[in-house]
Amino acid sequence: MSIDRRKFLGVAAGASALVLAGKASVDALASGSQPKQGGSLANTRWAMVIDPAKCLKDKGCTACIAACDKVHNIPDFKNPKHVVKWIWKEPFKDAFPEQEDEYTIEQYKDKPFILMCNHCNNPPCVRVCPTQATFRREDGIVMMDWHRCIGCRYCMAACPYGSRSFNWLDPRPHIAHLDPDFPTRTKGVVEKCTFCEERLARGEGPACVEACEAKAMVFGNLDDPDSEVRQLLKARFSIRRNPELGTQPEVYYLV
Amino acid sequence: MFMLEKAVVGSRRYWIWVGCLLAVILAGFLCYLLQLQVGLGITGMSRDVSWGLYIAQFTFFVGVAASAVMVVLPYYLHNYKAFGKITILGEFLAVSAVTMCMLFIFVDMGQPMRVLNVILHPTPHSMMFWDMVSLSGYLFLNALISYVMLESEREGVAPPHWIKPIILLSIPWAVSIHTVTAFLYNGLPGRAFWLTAILAPRFLASAFAAGPSLLILLAMVIRKLTKFDAGSEAIQKLALIVTYAMLINVFFVLMEVFTSLYSNIPADASHLKFLFVGLDGNTELVPWMWTSVTFALLSLVLLIVPRYRKNEKLLAFTCVIVFLSLWIDKGIGLIIGGFVPSPLETVTSYVPTLPEITIVASIWAIGMLMITVFYKIALSVRHQLG
Repeated sequence: MSIDRRKFLGVAAGASALVLAGKASVDALASGSQPKQGGSLANTRWAMVIDPAKCLKDKGCTACIAACDKVHNIPDFKNPKHVVKWIWKEPFKDAFPEQEDEYTIEQYKDKPFILMCNHCNNPPCVRVCPTQATFRREDGIVMMDWHRCIGCRYCMAACPYGSRSFNWLDPRPHIAHLDPDFPTRTKGVVEKCTFCEERLARGEGPACVEACEAKAMVFGNLDDPDSEVRQLLKARFSIRRNPELGTQPEVYYLV
Repeated sequence: MFMLEKAVVGSRRYWIWVGCLLAVILAGFLCYLLQLQVGLGITGMSRDVSWGLYIAQFTFFVGVAASAVMVVLPYYLHNYKAFGKITILGEFLAVSAVTMCMLFIFVDMGQPMRVLNVILHPTPHSMMFWDMVSLSGYLFLNALISYVMLESEREGVAPPHWIKPIILLSIPWAVSIHTVTAFLYNGLPGRAFWLTAILAPRFLASAFAAGPSLLILLAMVIRKLTKFDAGSEAIQKLALIVTYAMLINVFFVLMEVFTSLYSNIPADASHLKFLFVGLDGNTELVPWMWTSVTFALLSLVLLIVPRYRKNEKLLAFTCVIVFLSLWIDKGIGLIIGGFVPSPLETVTSYVPTLPEITIVASIWAIGMLMITVFYKIALSVRHQLG
């Protein structure tokens, strides 16, 4: 127990140092990608654009999922009821239940689509959280404070995308390869994708994007008109999950 | 101190009952220690059905707590004297039920040691914050009112004047606790089953049927065991309240069924299908829901026909089935049914585990123990113990 605690405190200290360095690095990163605007959290809006056609070329590929699991110390619970997932695959018909047209979706309905937290502009999880343990940053990332979360799971009921996982048991014994650079979680708290904010703070892109050999995922700043994500969304038609709910997801799927 | 001395003297029968309750409470406490050690993974809840029996029981008992208003309002606003003797029973029932609600919330927390974060970081845009405010306010109001009223009864003096506005305040406050509890669920965009403006009215209707049913049963038990008689006029009036509330409740449920099934929007209809016919081969709640429907319809016959309602033996049976019907509807179906199917159309089975059921049973036992002790104090003050 005491070793766990010490290890944890070490990681926490590292994390807080990162946070201190974070603002400066995000500024550097943002200004690097958008010289015109000078760059700060306020004129950054992170988004992900996914090209399912590229992703589906190798349906068995799980490189992005494996990369995420590895850098975030995601436990591997064998019981499907307890599973923790930040990024995962789901058949098209379940990911987009409102796309009902059986002829159009016939060839797609069982094809696996990559899902993750949508980092909504109008996130219901943030609205319902009674302690502000989950909150939306100025740059659009919906974050979790694992030390404040009381484990009421109201955010899980509120999320219309099933993006949130709860630690039903202590996750630490279930982590295959512990990465000391990232905190582990305790039992009884909720977690989810953070768009790799810890990597963004270091000037790197999300781990899943980096791991994708098909280049099916593009990450960038929507507030920068010259960014690749903006160019892609301008050039091609895209859909988002359950747009009718008004959550304004920041994960786009190219058609 | 708070007249508690009256609770520690009693007959052999009293102590056997209290001992049984304490045994159940102890068993639940041990299971809770296990949950604290291992995590909520010892329950049947899962990633997809992330709230279960705990939150469902909480929802049901908020209704029982709110129903105290059904004796307080006629007595204090309409000067309906027949309820004079039982208002204190209603208020004590409210105190016990709200305490149960708070315990159900507490045992559902993944990190219970951090629960005060809700006060440390008050968040008005979260309905859970308002639920905490309304529940604790209601507990305070009812505890204060019942203590002051009983104390002045013991002293043989008129209650102080300042208590009247507090009693009046408790009436809208009772409505607020169940409204805010409905708001917990019906503001969530992805949960079609709860996304209905009639949820709060429906909660209130079912509460005003289930709560007074329980009160009738308690009054009948007390009459058997002690010299206290609530009087058949009060019981009959409560039965009439149950009749109207149950009718309105069934009417509201049918509104829901029509809207969901006739509009035929898949997201709306799928929850009802899961509950009443099963979905993807999963039919675990189907027998429960049809039991609830059968009890509800049978109880309406027994309540509406005056001859049946006035037969007190039959009325006791009717109250039992009203209570069970609404307990299944709200204490199981409403919460589980809201999670299945999930927004990704997954059907996940939820079966509460033995430790989970033991913890629920122990909170019931705590409620019953509170009722026992409070009613014993009240009746001792009135020298009406058998």
